[in-house]
Amino acid sequence: MAATNGSPVTFLEAIKQAMFEEMERDPAVVLLGEDVGVYGGAFKTSEGLLERFGWERVIDTPISESAIIGAACGMSYLGLRPICEMQFIDFIVCAFNQITNFVAKGHYLWNAPAPMVIRGPSGGGVHGGPFHSANPEMYFVHTPGLKVIYPSTPYDAKGLLKAAVRDNNPVLFFEHKFLYRRIKEELPATEYTVPIGKAIVRREGRHLTILSYAAMMHTSLEAAGALAKEGIEAEVIDLRTLLPLDEETILQSVKKTNRCLVVHEDTKTGGIAGEIAAILCEKAFGDLDGPVMRVASLDTPVPYSPSLEEYFLPNAQKVFHAAKELARY
Amino acid sequence: MKKELTRQQHLDLYYYMRLNRAVEDTMMKLFRQNKIVGGLYSSLGQEAISVGTAYALEKKDWLAPMIRNIGALLVKGVPPRDIFTQHMAKYTSPTLGKDGTSHFGDLENLHIVSPISMLGDLIPVMAGVAIAGRYLGQKIVTMTWIGDGGSSTGVFHEGLNFAATQKAPFVLILENNLWAYSTPVRRQVPLENLADRAKAYGIASYIVDGNDVAAVYATAKEAVDRARAGEGPILIEAKTFRRLGHAQHDPAEYVPKEMRAYWEARDPIVLYEKFLTSEKLLDAKGQAGIEKKIETLLAAEREFAENSPMPPPDLAEKGVYCTGDDCHKIQARWERPKSEVMPPKSSITAVWSVEGFGQGKGSRGGNAPIHFGDTPAESPADVNKSVSRALPKAPAKKLAKATAAAKPAVRRKAQR
Repeated sequence: MAATNGSPVTFLEAIKQAMFEEMERDPAVVLLGEDVGVYGGAFKTSEGLLERFGWERVIDTPISESAIIGAACGMSYLGLRPICEMQFIDFIVCAFNQITNFVAKGHYLWNAPAPMVIRGPSGGGVHGGPFHSANPEMYFVHTPGLKVIYPSTPYDAKGLLKAAVRDNNPVLFFEHKFLYRRIKEELPATEYTVPIGKAIVRREGRHLTILSYAAMMHTSLEAAGALAKEGIEAEVIDLRTLLPLDEETILQSVKKTNRCLVVHEDTKTGGIAGEIAAILCEKAFGDLDGPVMRVASLDTPVPYSPSLEEYFLPNAQKVFHAAKELARY
Repeated sequence: MKKELTRQQHLDLYYYMRLNRAVEDTMMKLFRQNKIVGGLYSSLGQEAISVGTAYALEKKDWLAPMIRNIGALLVKGVPPRDIFTQHMAKYTSPTLGKDGTSHFGDLENLHIVSPISMLGDLIPVMAGVAIAGRYLGQKIVTMTWIGDGGSSTGVFHEGLNFAATQKAPFVLILENNLWAYSTPVRRQVPLENLADRAKAYGIASYIVDGNDVAAVYATAKEAVDRARAGEGPILIEAKTFRRLGHAQHDPAEYVPKEMRAYWEARDPIVLYEKFLTSEKLLDAKGQAGIEKKIETLLAAEREFAENSPMPPPDLAEKGVYCTGDDCHKIQARWERPKSEVMPPKSSITAVWSVEGFGQGKGSRGGNAPIHFGDTPAESPADVNKSVSRALPKAPAKKLAKATAAAKPAVRRKAQR
């Protein structure tokens, strides 16, 4: 395993580094999931971990998502810090009951913290079809007791995953697979984490705020570049954590720009944009010069054929047009 | 009835069964006085199972009760007041009024995991506790219970199968009380013996008369010893009968009268009293002493519960998250050298050995084709480190290039 040595690494490599470093640092950290051991994970995010840490710490499981999550929860009760891999995040809903009823409620009900991470590749744009492209984050954002992270850069992916492993709560960590090998970034040679629950301003602007996360953050930046050519300065904020949501950063920006567009790859109805719109209505109504607008995927399953999927997904053009419309207010 | 137990062990089993029943009798009274907020689930006639199985565990072992396992909690050391206050939704209850019934636990001292209402979920959880205990070198065994009804859930299968593949030191008690709410066992499972489910997981199983506490204990003890010795999970089917309805609201008229009469004649406490008396382990004086002890204890515990306050309303919004070390200092208790699970000792050759065929390894580098959905771009974009982290303008451009095939170039469209 290469240490951080100054050469740019992919998003995928950043995930691998985070797990490697945390397992190296703390023997309480273990990994369990389908094909994570000998095979090294379907996407090779756990490549080399079994060789280094052995059978007890890298556990190949049967195809049993509820058992993976349940067992990890039990392990956490003895002070371990398990990382569960869902081979594709779509399969997380197979363990929905275990996560939402068992894992999420333990601390509130009987004072039992469950320090565990559930991570896996998510998102579309890669023609994975309706069962390998999901963005199921909002099922879980609606579940008190969980934390939900969805990073957009290798730097954040590594720092947030390390923070998630160290957090005393169950953390869901979504890895947009479109980004796995498409972006590279040089990472610090020294140890770092990124705080959970903090958004970040990726591009400053004064005419409107674009809130986004994961792959759509890059789409939003692309649109912001085009908007700038038309004299519209969009402020782009990467939410990074969806639960808890960084209301402070959102409100601060909207109070400055007076306009807000939310862009997400999740389907529109029940997406985080609706929640943000409500927060802005409650806390910044007087600051808004126009409606809170949304660019999101269609309210359909993710279709397979490239032409259908491209139509289904948001893109920079859609963001650009929505932003222009909003800027007119 | 097994005679190998010591006199004290016999008397312990008897005491806990009597205590179990007396606690539930007290709750019945509280229920009729409208002092119990939610439902009340009875284990009348099933006390031998909760008591006999939990009595086979050591102090360091872990258990997770189901709704009809008050007896197991008492054996593990839970004071009756916790059970009363839980049912009465009091602030002094283990969950401070946030949940009721047997839904509470204790990670620190008694090693009890709280159940939830969804059946079967405890099975993978207790398998996980068992695996973690082994990993930490604690030599513990974990135990939970499931009903005939709960044994049909998907997570029962996932959990027990996973536990079996891991050879987890885990004992599962399948409490077959013949009824899942109103549905008889034959309409749930096409098996004569639910213990046969164990065959599907290649694990050992037992069938025991659930109304014979000494037999239940002896069977559970053997299972716990075998699990601790590394034989893997063990399933015990304890055959019994649910004497009351699913909960207090249910008159259970769907149960044939003859069936009820048959089992009422086999009350586990009455049976055991007969045995203890005939073996001269218990006399009238001894029995009166136990009854007095329980009566005195429960009067005080009930008084405590009745005099306890309800929780302050604003507690409702507290405690969803652990806030960190100030809230819970989480530390694994290591009873083996950590170095055994750290490199270099932990490092291995990662291969699958297939008996009779040799070994196979994972694919690396050029031999690892990219999974669908993970096609790398020809020129991956750099998140530009030369500018402020707050303003990485570069990736947008390069990402646009990398994804031009999939997404229309915004600049061109924008200039239309």
